[in-house]
Amino acid sequence: MATTTTPPAAPKLNRLGLPQADYRGSKTTLCAGCGHNAISERIVDACFEMGVDPVHFLKLSGIGCSSKTPAYFVGRSFGFNSVHGRMPSVATGAVLANRSMHALGVSGDGDTASIGLGQFIHLMRRNLRLVYIIEDNGVYGLTKGQFSATADIGSVQKSGVVNEMPPLDTCSLAILSGATFVARSFSGDKKQLLTILKAALAHNGTVMIDVISPCVTFNDHEGSTKSYKYVLDHEEALQEVSFVPYYEDIAIDYDPGTTADVEMHDGSHLRLRKLAHDFDPSNAQQALKVLGEAHTSGEVLTGVFYIDTKKPNFVQQLDLVDEPLAFLPLDQVRPPRSVLDEVMASLA
Amino acid sequence: MSSSGTLLTSAASSVSTATLLNDFSLQVATVNGSGSQSSNLVLLRTLFQMGIPISGKNLFPSNIAGLPTWYTIRASKHGYVARKKEIDFLVALNAETAREDVLALEPGASVLYDEPLALAKLRADLTYYSLPFDKLVTPVCPQAKLRKLVRNMIYVGAVAHLVGMEMPEVERALQRQFAKKKKAADLNWGAIQAGYDYAREHYPQPDRCQLRRMQATQGKIVIEGNAAAALGCMFAGVTVLAWYPITPSSSLCEFLIDYLKKYRRTADGKATFAAVQAEDELSACGMVLGASWMGARAMTSTSGPGISLMSEFVGLGYYAEIPAVIFDVQRVGPSTGLPTRTAQGDVAFAAWLSHGDTRHIVLLPGTVEECYELGLAAFDLAERFQTPVFVLSDLDLAMNHWMADPFRYPEKPWDRGKILSADDLQRLQGDWGRYRDVDGDGISYRTIPGNEHAMASYFARGSGHNERGLYSEKPDDYTHNVDRLRRKWEGAREIVPQPVLEHEGKGEIGIIAYGSSHPAVMESLDQLRAEYGIEPSYLRLRAYPFAGAIAGFVRRHARVYVIDQNRDGQMHDLLLTDLGAELGARLHSIRHYNGLPVDARSLTDALRSQEHQTN
Repeated sequence: MATTTTPPAAPKLNRLGLPQADYRGSKTTLCAGCGHNAISERIVDACFEMGVDPVHFLKLSGIGCSSKTPAYFVGRSFGFNSVHGRMPSVATGAVLANRSMHALGVSGDGDTASIGLGQFIHLMRRNLRLVYIIEDNGVYGLTKGQFSATADIGSVQKSGVVNEMPPLDTCSLAILSGATFVARSFSGDKKQLLTILKAALAHNGTVMIDVISPCVTFNDHEGSTKSYKYVLDHEEALQEVSFVPYYEDIAIDYDPGTTADVEMHDGSHLRLRKLAHDFDPSNAQQALKVLGEAHTSGEVLTGVFYIDTKKPNFVQQLDLVDEPLAFLPLDQVRPPRSVLDEVMASLA
Repeated sequence: MSSSGTLLTSAASSVSTATLLNDFSLQVATVNGSGSQSSNLVLLRTLFQMGIPISGKNLFPSNIAGLPTWYTIRASKHGYVARKKEIDFLVALNAETAREDVLALEPGASVLYDEPLALAKLRADLTYYSLPFDKLVTPVCPQAKLRKLVRNMIYVGAVAHLVGMEMPEVERALQRQFAKKKKAADLNWGAIQAGYDYAREHYPQPDRCQLRRMQATQGKIVIEGNAAAALGCMFAGVTVLAWYPITPSSSLCEFLIDYLKKYRRTADGKATFAAVQAEDELSACGMVLGASWMGARAMTSTSGPGISLMSEFVGLGYYAEIPAVIFDVQRVGPSTGLPTRTAQGDVAFAAWLSHGDTRHIVLLPGTVEECYELGLAAFDLAERFQTPVFVLSDLDLAMNHWMADPFRYPEKPWDRGKILSADDLQRLQGDWGRYRDVDGDGISYRTIPGNEHAMASYFARGSGHNERGLYSEKPDDYTHNVDRLRRKWEGAREIVPQPVLEHEGKGEIGIIAYGSSHPAVMESLDQLRAEYGIEPSYLRLRAYPFAGAIAGFVRRHARVYVIDQNRDGQMHDLLLTDLGAELGARLHSIRHYNGLPVDARSLTDALRSQEHQTN
């Protein structure tokens, strides 16, 4: 143990002058070791490092273990724990009402891939500016360990029950549905997850991140394909991911032969250094192929599968005024008396 | 439309030939998708322009094209706008229903029909006008593919002659209908003239049904309830609407989107509204809650099956105390029920919709003016009480044509309810609780996301929280919370639109009605007085929870008939629950539930019959 007595360093502040403590939330009530807690920590880190303003940050969720987590990060921001599988609609209404907000939604594999599949797909279609995180553990935790629709065939429950239904691949579904930023990560991969989250906060549309997040209580045993051990043994990163926010020096060398540089709408750069695959992140068909191959071989493939920085987000598609709709004064939303007179005259 | 079609064979001589001056109903029976709506609107507008009070009711099938449809226009010098039970003049153009339609008529009625249908042999106690539609349309419409549409204008001309419409008004109505399509207007005018000329030549005698110019529609408008409600939403300042198509509510959002596109864009063309056609009603309701939580004025419109799907979100909205405006344009039962027929079937459902202990504010517009005014009021109430508010319209009110006085521009600014700004929080030194009852009315203060004060944020969730909005499962926190919610709802009784004493009668009978039953009740009051010398008082409900005045009304009458357009007397039952057994014993139920708009005669007969049993 170190015995030097240097005074505690002043807390590191981010570009808004806020300490990391301002990005924490209340104490988690999830199980010790739950992958979701690690994801909450990465969200805290990403928001702190990116200098997200808590006042202009929203956190939303559906129902389940995953959906409890917004209480555990960015405590100074507004949160909404909505209903099972329907967070996308609440987030949609919220972002339309106030386009200046950064919104982050947390869902689970049950919340997304079963009860919420309809809303999930339509969220992807609309390209609402929202970071949508699936905390994916293959089981329903709060109801004690039933399989979810992302559980792999042959995966074994603690009680010995074997899953016989094929899994839904949320990344493939998101790409097919029109999502503009699709990634998969692992709650145990601090660096990759943090980097993807930071890039996600810079994206001008829907970001879908499926984060494999082992359930230590119900799905971390031998025979599970969502256990820490299984994921550590089978994870294969598609790329080495790095991110340079717009407010930092971007003059970092990279080799265009091995690295794809994606310039994001705010001037940030997402850099994807190719590992095993020769991969173009703007090619949806290739992404689907790679995901399909990984599924066949039993790999847990992580990385950024698809990104489109050009498609307008939902608010832009609707051509809304710049000022948040929620704050428009009465005289901008109640037409003058002459309009009522005009309508009445047309009906006379 | 067929009711119990008994074959009447009364002699022609017994038939009344007294002229029905400005007081008859004309029904057009056609095939869905044949374009007859334009013709019917020309007829309706012509009467309106002649100063005669009208109403127009579309009875249509759940179908795109091919099934029978009926449009009924009522002319009433008395200003009665409810459905009239008897049809006085039938235009029979649908081979499939013509026989039944004719057999259902009262003796003395008139029938204009397409010659090949050969209806005149069915009964001897009717007046018949046979027109060769195909022969007449060919010369005026050389293009064969347009004939199907133009053909229907033939009956406009023939009816115009037979009932004495002023042809310049017919032409004006036609021009209006085809405002920017001169070619279509000319073509249709040719068909109208062909019908007119043929009828004049072959049937020179005026029909029993006759029209003469009045001055009763000056300054009035004609509008559908859904358009009226849409205007209410626009002038309330709605900024987010989310909806999923469902008859009979779709046109509410469609009207609203049209109005907003026209009147709610900034000088540079940007929208001050967001309109989303959602993937289903669950999503529509979720979007409304998300937007309202953020401080926007948000609404959706739907019908019964839609509020079934929304019920989980409505419960969350109630417990998390988020404003929302939900129009429920009621229809008969499930999607495979009679989805294009009218009913007041969601009253009890909407009042207590969702899980746990939930009670909502439900507004009950009875006229198109009120579709507008209560539409406006709904947003103020939703924000004032921080809760979902239902506006219960129905197909009859929402999709049919009603005469009305021009709507009044809102004189008051909006009521955004109890909102704390960053400055307010500064003054309070950040000491506030999202679910704290500061004023004793059960209504707590909220902050709008984006509020920059460090203590502004809270975590919205269901009822598992304490008064500061922090997660709690403590028994006391829960009961305090739901008791406050009940207190809040109780406090709405005297704030919601109050009941209207439409008629102070004489004697011990009272009538309570709501929604689209109103015009039929007004007409029934006249029938009861004229025919039976009974003069009931009539109280029209406009909202739930019930105002104290309702108990007062019941107390003043020995017998109170509650009129519902549903099988079970849902409003009757809600009143019974609210008033308690002793006062509730005075309540009697009159129910109309065959999918057709209620008519005065049915009410008069039902009330009379129950009075007989009582006395």
